[in-house]
Amino acid sequence: MNVLKIVVIGSGVVGASIARVLSRYQGLEVIVLEREPDVGWGVSKANTSIIHPGHEEDPDQHPLRAKLCVRGNMLWRQWVRELSILSTWPGELMLYTNTAEEKEARKYLEYAKRNSVPGVRILDKNEVQAVEPAVNPGVEGALYAPTAGLISPFEAVPAIIENAVDNGVKLLVETEVRNIRISSGRVLGVETNKGFIQADIVVNAAGLHADTISHMAGVEPEFKITPRKGEYILFDETVESKPRIILHTTPTPKTKGVYAITTVHGNLMIGPTAEDMPYEFKEDTSTSREGIEYIYREAARILKNPPPKNRVIRVFAGVRPEPPGGHWLIKAYSDPWGFVNVAGIRSPGLTAAPAIAEYVLDLIRETYDVKLVEKQKWNPYRRDITRIKNKRLDEIDELVKSNPNYGEIICYCKMVSKAEVLEAIERIKKIGARVTVDGVKFRVYTGFGKCQGSFCRWRVANIISMELGIPLQEVVVKHSPYGIGDVKKLWREKVSVQ
Amino acid sequence: MKELELYCIMCPASCTLRVIVKDREIQVYGNQCPRGVEYAKQEVLEPRRHVMSVVRVKNGDMPTVSVVTRSPVPKDCIWRIMEQLAKIELEAPVEIGDVVIRDICGTDIIATRRVKRIELL
Amino acid sequence: MEGKGECAVKTLYYDTVVIGGGPAGIAAAIKTREKGLKTLLIENRDVLGGIPLQCIHPGFGIHYYKQDLTGTEFITRLLDKLVESKTEYLTKTYVHSIEYIDYNDKVVNVISPSGVLEVHAETIIYATGARERHIFEIGVYGDRVDGVYTAGEAQTLMDIFGVLPGREVVVIGSGDVGLIMARRFALEGARVKAVVEILPYPGGLMRNVVQCLRDYDIPLLLGHTVVKIIGKKRVEKVIVAKVDENLKIIPGTEFEIPCDTVIVSAGLRPNIDLLEKIGVVIDPATGGPVVNEYLETSKPGIFVAGNALVINDLVDYAVEQGERAAEGAHKFVENNGLPSEKWIRVVKGRNIRLIVPHYISGKREVVLYARVSQPEKNVYIEIPEVNYRVFSYGVRPSEMIRIKLKPEHFKKMSSDDKITIQVTPRQ
Repeated sequence: MNVLKIVVIGSGVVGASIARVLSRYQGLEVIVLEREPDVGWGVSKANTSIIHPGHEEDPDQHPLRAKLCVRGNMLWRQWVRELSILSTWPGELMLYTNTAEEKEARKYLEYAKRNSVPGVRILDKNEVQAVEPAVNPGVEGALYAPTAGLISPFEAVPAIIENAVDNGVKLLVETEVRNIRISSGRVLGVETNKGFIQADIVVNAAGLHADTISHMAGVEPEFKITPRKGEYILFDETVESKPRIILHTTPTPKTKGVYAITTVHGNLMIGPTAEDMPYEFKEDTSTSREGIEYIYREAARILKNPPPKNRVIRVFAGVRPEPPGGHWLIKAYSDPWGFVNVAGIRSPGLTAAPAIAEYVLDLIRETYDVKLVEKQKWNPYRRDITRIKNKRLDEIDELVKSNPNYGEIICYCKMVSKAEVLEAIERIKKIGARVTVDGVKFRVYTGFGKCQGSFCRWRVANIISMELGIPLQEVVVKHSPYGIGDVKKLWREKVSVQ
Repeated sequence: MKELELYCIMCPASCTLRVIVKDREIQVYGNQCPRGVEYAKQEVLEPRRHVMSVVRVKNGDMPTVSVVTRSPVPKDCIWRIMEQLAKIELEAPVEIGDVVIRDICGTDIIATRRVKRIELL
Repeated sequence: MEGKGECAVKTLYYDTVVIGGGPAGIAAAIKTREKGLKTLLIENRDVLGGIPLQCIHPGFGIHYYKQDLTGTEFITRLLDKLVESKTEYLTKTYVHSIEYIDYNDKVVNVISPSGVLEVHAETIIYATGARERHIFEIGVYGDRVDGVYTAGEAQTLMDIFGVLPGREVVVIGSGDVGLIMARRFALEGARVKAVVEILPYPGGLMRNVVQCLRDYDIPLLLGHTVVKIIGKKRVEKVIVAKVDENLKIIPGTEFEIPCDTVIVSAGLRPNIDLLEKIGVVIDPATGGPVVNEYLETSKPGIFVAGNALVINDLVDYAVEQGERAAEGAHKFVENNGLPSEKWIRVVKGRNIRLIVPHYISGKREVVLYARVSQPEKNVYIEIPEVNYRVFSYGVRPSEMIRIKLKPEHFKKMSSDDKITIQVTPRQ
């Protein structure tokens, strides 16, 4: 049987999901290319982390978004179980404070019916207070959607990739696509900074840069992705009046509103802003005073007791890809034969990702007449990293007895043991990504707490240094080394110049 | 007559000193201990400082040994000491008080950290 | 508290458990041993010693050892004394939780590489030090790129591991560790472009402003703030602006400083998470627990010392507090609790921002620590109720005021329920 080689550009949640779905079939060789040192560091990393119910998608304007959002919401319930991805399913309340907003909220009840989203209904003022005491008493009512969930997106992507790699997918990090090689109307492969990679099919899931990749293939020359920035504030776990249910203001044409959520890790998070940025600002994840102050104002409309500023542990921003008209561009081309766009995947992209992957599989099957035969031994499961936090003391004791590294705590704030750090490093190595301090952090939360890493960053870097057998200063934090050299480097430079 | 305000650096109390320099006589006020007088006089005549750094150490239980001047050196000596320190690497064990560089700028550079030798297997 | 499950973990019993193996904890452990208490000292890290292990500059032990030592020399001396005292200690041991069972029984649950331990003690001395304030707490926005370190982290890297974080440095905040690191960077050949302080006066000791900045021509930008950090993969520059008297940015005053490294030195906060969880009363001014003269918290038998109590300028003060807490623990164990007392409140008067301890008995010698709110010149530091008055040429928020009151001070007190520390200008 001939092997069909498929290159997926981008290891965000969309690329990763596609790779996982493809990994199920015989005769496919799947390679995922990622420009960053690790997976899921782009759009997928910094967002509201909500699995949307699908009642906010206009079935007339965006039928594909509506369909795949509702399907994705269902698929995630299965995926989080199979892949041990941290998730909660608290439902959401779209809060309104006046009649104009109420009218808008009621519109989504109609969408819910048309999109077959279950359980959506209106709650009055008293009902809102009864189901969620953290809500500002000024709120007049809400649209309740019980199927909304939360995941940890920065853990979800590595989990999906781990499973995909386990099923034969290959990942290449720090690999940037420079061109798509096409001959006689057929895709031949991709040219990268690491050389040419042959492929029969190229799937463009390059997030913010999917327009550039599409242009490389010579399709959709008018298609342009606009960066839209969202800033967030993350509070300490111990703040009071964290909402049990996902809360948000009634959407405006630009955003789904500002959210107040209790993340799967137990932190209060509020945001985002929605700032349309100039085209060149796709990498701009900077935060701003104005943005953060806007979020505070909005949060005060949602929450009864918005926490004081001194409980902030982090502010951050993510950039989302906004396609023309908000339309996802998911298409398999016959000219050039073998090129597939999965581009402009704006919200609800995280929710829809598994459904998008299925949809892309169908497109490939139909457009390129691929006969798909399921593998006999496909492993749908991935085990999560063993963590000591939230375990009982006797359980921790047993773990320590099995491996003393569970008894050495590296991150004090989040109670993360050396064994967990080592397991994160092993897993990064196993998928073929670069081991970085941030990569460890996003897997086991070292530095996610109150001190933001001032106690543990050097400890984590030290463990990496020993595991990789490199000097401490060469350990990569996110993109650059922890130090510029040893402490006498600059003096040696000076003396040698003289 | 010259009146100066100095901040004593002899200890973290950082006393604010009022120093009156009259011909060759130096009067000091505001000190909480005699070391303030000593400091003010020295600072007016010839400012001196301690120099501290770390030096790499081989086969030790710590990667570096910290060092300091045994006594303060004239300020313009600081860079000469740093340049010399950049050329050194020590071998564990090192004990506090071990001389790292002898007789430089009128003093010695001494170790201020105990580094035990680890025997490689 | 979650259940401990079916199988019991190993249980130990002590008179006192000291949490934290830095100067305050070590001093407390030595003292409790000297007084004959069965003591266990617990430390997170793989070595005892705490922060002085990375302090290679002098200024340590001037009061305690009457000698000017480096942090490393100081702590080695103290550690040698601990070893001599044959105090039991555990390193790499993390305190999972504290339980206040009753007046005489507290439990410290710990995780160590040899397993989980349930340590019972009549008294606890909590000496866990402080944590550094980080970049997200101080309103600095912009790119979240590599090249940003807290001052303490930079100190660990440079002065323990011998790693140089960067070559062109801007320090945000003028706390002592930041000043000390500015000098260390300068000494090792890096360029320190500026120390940026939002307040109109330095956050660290004047002695450090003199010998860490002025000696090396490092500009101290008072009344300025870093508005934004800019960079792609690593810090490339910072945007600095002037602030007005309300600490608001003055538009139009922004300028850039190119640099590859940002050091955050925005002060310390007592590390008191475990105490907060059991409901110990916290003083918002110190960020540490409210204590009486034995340094006992609102939970009987739980004492606190060092930077977990109040941010100190001097290791000597932390050690002094450790010993004071040890005396309290000894008294507690000996007498089955501390005596009932009509406590005298220590009140903050004019230009006083914080005081420790909050209650005194008026019967024994006591050391009070205080900080002023504003710098002020030519003042008296006074406690009118006990006729205490000392002249000072200058007081600054960065420099702690230490006042020792002896029993004779209390002989003719004009009040029986409070004393007031205040700063008054000399007429």
